[in-house]
Amino acid sequence: MVEELRFRDPNLAKRISEKIVEILPKKSQIRICHVCGTHEWTLNHYGLRSLLPENVEVIAGPGCPVCIVPASEIDEAVQLALKGIAVTCFGDLFRVPGSNMSLLEAKAKGADVRVVYGVGDAVQMAKNEPDRDFVFFAVGFETTSPSTAVEVAANPPRNISFLVSHRTIPPAMRLLVKLKDLRLNGFIAPGHVSTIIGLRPYEVFPKQYSMPVVVAGFEPMDLMFGIYMIVRQLHDGKPKLENEYMRAVNWEGNVKAQKIMNRVFSTVDGTWRGLGVIPESKFVLKDDYADYDAHSKYGMKIEKGIDIQHGCRCHLVIIGKIRPAECPLFMKTCTPQKPIGACMVSVEGTCRIWATTQH
Amino acid sequence: MCLAIPAKVISRRENKAQVDFGEGVLREVNVTLVDAKEGDYVLVHAGYAIQVLDKREAQETLHLWNEILEAEAQLK
Repeated sequence: MVEELRFRDPNLAKRISEKIVEILPKKSQIRICHVCGTHEWTLNHYGLRSLLPENVEVIAGPGCPVCIVPASEIDEAVQLALKGIAVTCFGDLFRVPGSNMSLLEAKAKGADVRVVYGVGDAVQMAKNEPDRDFVFFAVGFETTSPSTAVEVAANPPRNISFLVSHRTIPPAMRLLVKLKDLRLNGFIAPGHVSTIIGLRPYEVFPKQYSMPVVVAGFEPMDLMFGIYMIVRQLHDGKPKLENEYMRAVNWEGNVKAQKIMNRVFSTVDGTWRGLGVIPESKFVLKDDYADYDAHSKYGMKIEKGIDIQHGCRCHLVIIGKIRPAECPLFMKTCTPQKPIGACMVSVEGTCRIWATTQH
Repeated sequence: MCLAIPAKVISRRENKAQVDFGEGVLREVNVTLVDAKEGDYVLVHAGYAIQVLDKREAQETLHLWNEILEAEAQLK
């Protein structure tokens, strides 16, 4: 028990913060990017940024899987729901704006939209109601996509199909590195995505881009040490890939999960809300599972939607280029109660986190 | 979304397991993706265990943190 508490030990946090100051390369401005909504939550909830020196900035990348679902894919789910199909989704997704309406608004119009805890619940609903057609709106990064793969591969009933909007994180990190004006000095890689994909996919960043990468866990001390490890690498001038979250992440990742994902999904170019098309970043169902693909089952595909509403700066918040408070709509017309941009909807959206922890 | 909560495996039958999230919060989760046995701690995301937690590595992490802090202190 005592050991568990050390992962949140404020004295340890203070000591590591002093170490960061000590080894910080002189007169340098350091910008570290994480790509996970839960990391952003930990940073804000425990006030970790206040423990860092002014010249160490930690910015939030596109780590909220709900925020990056393009409006066109929300529009597809809305269209199916309005056609009378029962659409099941995670709670986070319920209020994300589409081009014209969210799934919540579709429900208000009488559509059958149901929030589920996981894909297993959606499959169970389909079994319980064999006369009704169900769609599971499958969003999420590699933490979530294996669960969809498990259910698709397990011969679910024929009255459920899947609207697959899963994305993979490393291609988005590659995009961020190439945005030179972001001036990144290192990545905190997402711990739970990494339990699945392992460390290997990050090798390219130190090797090809001289960019330090540390996979970190979600306790406050995990993040403080993750930041320290990056600063240490910069101090030593030796960018490498390190693993702080050893209790959950290993080199090869979850091989069982990778196998089942490879069996069910193939990778294609995918649009990320606010970021445009990222090559090889989206999972789709392989042809063998076409019967379970909502697109082919209902002959429906929407290519374009309105991702960013007028005045909204989600596209800049999502890559950490501006802070939420720099958006003219933040906490004025765009609030957690009445969100305009996707970043204000999900509990992992940067604007939503800032709104609830700093206002 | 990528939130995952540690839980202790109480019992396992095929691909389903009863897990304890602490303070008696029990739930059935899908363990297809992991080789977890009774007594193991797993990370649970949206009803699916995604990885088995390594207690030895957790202790090793704490040990490493102390080492780093002490090594830095000695360099002063």
